[in-house]
Amino acid sequence: MEIVVLVKRVPDSEAQVQVKPDGSGVTVEERYGMNFFDSLAVEEALRIKEKFGGRVTAISLGPSQSVEVLRTAIAMGVDDAILLEEEALLGGDEYATARALAAGVKTLPYDLVLCGREAFDDSSGVVGPVVAQFLGIPSVTMVTKVEVEPEQRKVKVEREAEGGRELIEAPLPALLTAQKGLNEPRVPPVMGVVKAMKAQIKKLDLGSLGLGPEEVGQKGAKLEVLRYIEPPKRRAVKYIKGEPPEMVKELIELLKTEAKAL
Amino acid sequence: MAGIWVYAEHHDGKLKKVTFELLGKGRELAQGRGEELGAILLGKDLDPLAEELSPYADRVHCLESPLLEVYNCDAFLEALSSFSAERNPSMIMAGATYQARDLFPALAGRLQKGIVVDCLGVELADGGRFLLRKPIYGGKALVEVAFKEEPQLVLVRPRTFPPAEPRSERAEVSKEQIEIDPTKVRLKVLEVMKTAGEKVDITEADVIVCGGRGLKDPENFKLLEELAEVLGGVVGATRAVVDAGWRPQEDQVGKSGKTVSPNLYFAVGLSGAVHHVMGMDTSKVVVAINRDPMAPIFQYADYGLVADLFQVLPLLAEELKKELGK
Repeated sequence: MEIVVLVKRVPDSEAQVQVKPDGSGVTVEERYGMNFFDSLAVEEALRIKEKFGGRVTAISLGPSQSVEVLRTAIAMGVDDAILLEEEALLGGDEYATARALAAGVKTLPYDLVLCGREAFDDSSGVVGPVVAQFLGIPSVTMVTKVEVEPEQRKVKVEREAEGGRELIEAPLPALLTAQKGLNEPRVPPVMGVVKAMKAQIKKLDLGSLGLGPEEVGQKGAKLEVLRYIEPPKRRAVKYIKGEPPEMVKELIELLKTEAKAL
Repeated sequence: MAGIWVYAEHHDGKLKKVTFELLGKGRELAQGRGEELGAILLGKDLDPLAEELSPYADRVHCLESPLLEVYNCDAFLEALSSFSAERNPSMIMAGATYQARDLFPALAGRLQKGIVVDCLGVELADGGRFLLRKPIYGGKALVEVAFKEEPQLVLVRPRTFPPAEPRSERAEVSKEQIEIDPTKVRLKVLEVMKTAGEKVDITEADVIVCGGRGLKDPENFKLLEELAEVLGGVVGATRAVVDAGWRPQEDQVGKSGKTVSPNLYFAVGLSGAVHHVMGMDTSKVVVAINRDPMAPIFQYADYGLVADLFQVLPLLAEELKKELGK
């Protein structure tokens, strides 16, 4: 099984995020790591490889610091890591990013492409299925169980759906996006961390992806970012004091008259 | 002009509530641009649903095929991509649901168009351009974007807009013949397992009573169930209690669970971890009940009760029962 995993470097959920006063961007505290859902994808790829053999390659698109998450992937056990790194690739929307990532995947043999259900920063969940369209393969999102049948060239998956689950069969190659519950990602072993520090991270530029600068990044994007805005703030909390029976009466009164929520 | 379309998602013969919310917003946008408002239905035997949509849209497009009887991303993608490529609507709106979040990103890839997911605002600017607002970094900031080309694909968070009011005019129902090449349907849906029964989906609920580790024992969630029942709401859970196996995954509110936006949200015995708040901070009214006055959840609440939930909850359920005449 040849497996490609797409991973993204994203801020930690606790990181401070400030909208710049002129709305031109955001300032994010330097607390980054591998996107949580992507770590589920890496773990699943490793488990499939452990069962059936093959290779796992991690690909990331981003600034040079994205090397860190590729090293994390290597520490967990992936065989190779590729960074798509070039100024022109940055600042694109999900569509432009997916186009570049798909070109990266195409440089490799693949039976399965895995990624997280969404990235923490934009929470779109768009890149995976769009990559699948560029590759001309089917996609299944929000997967919580994966059973590969390499001889039959197919994979059976369970996905979370409205009010329950769906059991779906896809021919290989296919793209799957990982949802919480799929597995528990491993903590990289010490030997893995040592290996990752020494590992060579391959870099691919636009030329080697076979793409032009107008097809990727901001130029290749279908969306134009106009401005960044502070989220609306909730008014300060009103504490309701007293003994429980009084509290409850006052709360109901406020919900009725002030909040009009009853 | 093919107009603005609303994707009318349905399950077990019932339209999803978000469809009506989008038809309300869609009417405003369509009027602003002088366009037709369409509802688009995919499935089999769609007449009753088309009838139900009729007072809300100018036209109902019915795409019927035996291959569309059960949701299958490949089949739906074939039908929707060929039909929209032919008609070229200016926008297709859908709810940011499991189904649309599976289908529409693939549609964007197939049509080579852009998409905005989890939209919290759509406005028509001067010049007829749509401005879309969506949260980033789990809601710590918002970004306003616009499309460079059409059709624009927009997935809106459920409960963002009020539902449409029916009109006296009826829509024209167009039965569209749609041929789906079965060889293009590579996915097979082997089984659809319903685990939630008749329970209202938490993303559609008006009232959510959400509990965390402060409940101390899975048994104690019956206190939340009682309060939810009085209010016609549903029970949610934090990641901690879902991971502990106290509650099912589908009840989880938060970054790795569901994003909810109810009218009234009770946060009970939960601290308000960042990843939880990200899943509920667009709730209209938030009540926090926690013994710890320092719990971060109070910063995201309208009303705070620093109290023992085991004392407050039964009283609250009882008083509300009297109040609401149940």
